Amino acid sequence: MSGAFRIPGAGRLSQPKTARFSFDGQSYPGIEGDTLASALLANGVHLVGRSFKYHRPRGFLSAGAEEPNALVEIRRDAARRTPNVRATVQELYDGLAAQSQNRWPSLSFDVGAVNDIASPLFSAGFYYKTFMWPKAAWKNLYEPKIRAAAGLGVAPDQPDPDHYSARFAHCDVLVLGGGAAGIAAALAAAETGARVILADEQAEFGGSLRFESGASIDGEDGFGWAQAATARLKDMDNVRVLSRTTAFGYYAQNFVGLVERVSDHLQNPGRDLPRERLWQVRAKRVVLATGAIERHMVFADNDRPGIMLASAARTYLNHYGVAVGRNVGVYTANDSAYAAAIDLKKAGVNVAAIVDLRDNPTGPVIDEARALGIEINFGRAVIRAGGKLRVSSMTVQPKNGGGERTIPVDAILMSAGWTPSVHLFSQSRGKVAFNDETKRFVPGIYAQDCVSVGACNGTDGLSATIDEAYAAGAKAAKDAGAKAAKGTKPKVDASESWSRGMLGAAPGAGPDTTVKAFVDFQNDVTAKDIRQAVHEGMRSIEHVKRFTTNGMATDQGKTSNMHGLAIAAETLGKPIPQVGLTTFRAPYTPVTFGSIVGHARGPLFDPTRKTAIHPWAEAQGAVFEDVGQWKRAWYFPKGGEDIHAAVDRECVAVRKTAGLFDASTLGKIEVVGPDAAKFMELLYTNPWEKLEPGRCRYGIMLREDGFIYDDGVVGRLAPDRFHVTTTTGGAPRVMNHMEDYLQTEFPHLDVWLTSTTEQWAVIAVQGPKSRDIIAPLVEGIDMSDEALPHMSVREGKICGVPTRLFRMSFSGERGFEVNVPADYGQAVWEALWAEGQKHGAVAYGTEAMHVLRAEKGYIIVGQDTDGTVTPNDAGLDWAVGKKKTDFVGIRGMARPDLVAKGRKQLVGLKTRDPKVVLEEGAQIVADPKQAIPMTMIGHVTSSYWSENCGRSIALALVAGGRDRMGETLYVPMPNGTIEVEVTGMVFFDEKGERLNG
Amino acid sequence: MLLIRCPYCEEERPELEFRNAGEAHIARSANIAGESDDDFEKFFFIRSNPKGIIHERWRHMHGCARFFNAVRDTVSDKFIITYKAGEPKPAKLPKISNEVVAK
Ligand SMILES: [Zn+2]
Repeated sequence: MSGAFRIPGAGRLSQPKTARFSFDGQSYPGIEGDTLASALLANGVHLVGRSFKYHRPRGFLSAGAEEPNALVEIRRDAARRTPNVRATVQELYDGLAAQSQNRWPSLSFDVGAVNDIASPLFSAGFYYKTFMWPKAAWKNLYEPKIRAAAGLGVAPDQPDPDHYSARFAHCDVLVLGGGAAGIAAALAAAETGARVILADEQAEFGGSLRFESGASIDGEDGFGWAQAATARLKDMDNVRVLSRTTAFGYYAQNFVGLVERVSDHLQNPGRDLPRERLWQVRAKRVVLATGAIERHMVFADNDRPGIMLASAARTYLNHYGVAVGRNVGVYTANDSAYAAAIDLKKAGVNVAAIVDLRDNPTGPVIDEARALGIEINFGRAVIRAGGKLRVSSMTVQPKNGGGERTIPVDAILMSAGWTPSVHLFSQSRGKVAFNDETKRFVPGIYAQDCVSVGACNGTDGLSATIDEAYAAGAKAAKDAGAKAAKGTKPKVDASESWSRGMLGAAPGAGPDTTVKAFVDFQNDVTAKDIRQAVHEGMRSIEHVKRFTTNGMATDQGKTSNMHGLAIAAETLGKPIPQVGLTTFRAPYTPVTFGSIVGHARGPLFDPTRKTAIHPWAEAQGAVFEDVGQWKRAWYFPKGGEDIHAAVDRECVAVRKTAGLFDASTLGKIEVVGPDAAKFMELLYTNPWEKLEPGRCRYGIMLREDGFIYDDGVVGRLAPDRFHVTTTTGGAPRVMNHMEDYLQTEFPHLDVWLTSTTEQWAVIAVQGPKSRDIIAPLVEGIDMSDEALPHMSVREGKICGVPTRLFRMSFSGERGFEVNVPADYGQAVWEALWAEGQKHGAVAYGTEAMHVLRAEKGYIIVGQDTDGTVTPNDAGLDWAVGKKKTDFVGIRGMARPDLVAKGRKQLVGLKTRDPKVVLEEGAQIVADPKQAIPMTMIGHVTSSYWSENCGRSIALALVAGGRDRMGETLYVPMPNGTIEVEVTGMVFFDEKGERLNG
Repeated sequence: MLLIRCPYCEEERPELEFRNAGEAHIARSANIAGESDDDFEKFFFIRSNPKGIIHERWRHMHGCARFFNAVRDTVSDKFIITYKAGEPKPAKLPKISNEVVAK
């Protein structure tokens, strides 16, 4: 037997396969097909959690996704620890291990429950009030304590070993919700040949047919019909049926996000199976068949374990064969709870009494209950529940006051009516309308191509639902372009029907009381809290929501929003529609980060770009750094060198003999066409028309605001062809910037732009021996200083492959940059390396490159500039064409503030103590004795130890810097103030003789 | 995710393929160097930021790479029409009601 509360012959778990599971370490029997909730209930376990704020004992409220209380941790192994799993949704498998949350030391004795006694401290808005004084205590005392005591579950502390997949899908008709309405709509649409996707969050289709024992369709019982119809749909090629799939978000233009739980219900999920799959569906038409959610009754201590929604008790009985008690009470304000009482009574459970708030309701279910001998009390209220870890009684009183009577029960089934699930409709930006007669918000004005059918549309009764859904499914398919329907509408033989109910607090929990009548179970919000929020001045329902946190928990107020709204409206003395509904936000139910991230994690988070020479550098033991998406060789340590020793050695060797550097990541753009020079004139500050083919120029690109945007050496290969280089990180945005101007501002220019960054591998050979290393491998290029002076470019061959050979230098030494097609990059590098070895050349990385350029005062855009630096600020006025009448930035550069005195200018800094290396980003002051906050006049942009200079060097942006040459400034640091002298930016070979050395 | 019609590709494509490029129909002066501070301020800094209809530039970045113009409603996010760069503002906009229909 799988639990003492399993009723033989009841439920649908027809071929029982036992599944043993544990809860808080204790082992229990269950049946495959159970949820964790039904299996625990079968064993008589109701107490499963402690509440968020007051740590009150809690049980199961529902049998579905709306569950606010029964959140547990499911533990597969140390890394697969999932907190806040709704036990009502988690399917059972053999070996499942679950733990209760939010309690210490144990579920039945929880120290935190003192919060329940101290509850006046924790009333509505308590975060905003109680803990605001003294201010420092929030950070040091209150917040850590609150965080430790509150919170739901414990986050896993290991990386998630599971994988998650993602799919895009397109369809004509997307049907969300697989109850009677959704299935009927899907059938109608599918029969036209339209491409249909039908999704439901449950493992099995049927929705409320799971518990509606009175429904019969096409000669079958309701649930059986749902299975047969779904099977038919699954067999159709034009239909995709997704179970265990929740539509969590409805976005623009019928774009819907769904999460399919692929393997959480499996005992041993194959490693090839994803845990979840994200579906991003674009549908021509959407049919919303999301049903309705039953509301609880709001009365004192309505949260005791054993008190649950009537439909939940019915589901546990009719689907899982589990009785939620042996002696149940019923508290209702509508008919649907009668059906639960009848089903339980027929299954042999004692129904102690039905308490009905209504005065003299009539109808077949009431007659049937009476005929079964169930005691019915009209016009009465349950004013309180007894018991603590489990409900033990209900106290009944005439609703207008009078004598009390306490009835012993071990469960209370309640129903205040049904709330249409308009979440997705509302997310689609549709506007709900309040039906005053039925007291429901139903879809009003649509904003997208969708339609609501069945209970979520406020349609009552199975026949009406199927009529409406079938017609809507057919119409959606037709509107999406499908042929006319040719199927047959399912025929309803018998059905249940109910509506109405009540909103707000029940008698006994009214404004004159101080009882704990819960509205929002998950956030522990009572009717009193909502009234208090209104009394304290909250008028908008959005304010009431934030002040009380009603509806803000992970269940998004599925059971609480309408009650909260009604209580606020009553307190405000306004009709409900005037108070308005809070916004429904995605996700409908919590979505894992894993499903949203999908495969984009670890190495797949972002593309990794590697140069053609990367494998060689790797083999040499290079240490790499990330530069944007690129992996760049940072330094090449030899024999246990640290970064400092390696960089010092590399820097010295480059200036002494030569060094090879992989410069392939430099952005490269080919600017070609009859108007190429004109275009360059407009995009760069420099003059280009007169640059002779074969020569190069250092170019500066500005934005229209006059600030430096990018820089790089540009070679003119022919009158109509420029080889433009950009910074490594700047290539895409420079390309975009150029395209933008070419396409929209200067479309009359006859120019083509091509990104060639990855076409060329670039090998920089720098140092006095550089020509000796390159020359033996080059064909067709005269390498003499006369034929190939500094800042020139030639096309020819190296190692037999085509090259664009640049004579240029980013080190201040005689230097070359050898461009070869990327496929030959590594081979040419190796040939150059072999030549270099004869001269004692080294390979150097980006760190040495940075030091060498800083020794020469060459700037790096983005390091020494920050988007607020003009060419003049950077000392680059010489690169601005004085005679030019137009280029991007020419006007911005002349703005009053950009030509004002006292702007920050780039200068060099030398520390008084040459051994001290400044910290990049450190602030600079003129007066170290000034009181804090001191006047900061600039900051350090680049700073290195220079082995070649035998001292530290730095570049800095300093207000009025060029007028401060020789001045002493100060860099205050935590360990003391550093004295520095303002200098020029060139620290090595000031005359530039080594370019031809 | 929005669908955006590229007027060059003549196709609706997902938003992921596009990049917004700011307000449209702000012409750069042919004599920009001679512009007054006020005129340059208007050209470079001032944007309309309307609630409702906006004309803006988009680029079909991961498609044909062309810049084009669009009319969009900033309240509903809906694209009302797209047209090629250089074309004038559409004189008449197609009727796209924001709140569709009561069904
Ligand atoms: Zn395009």
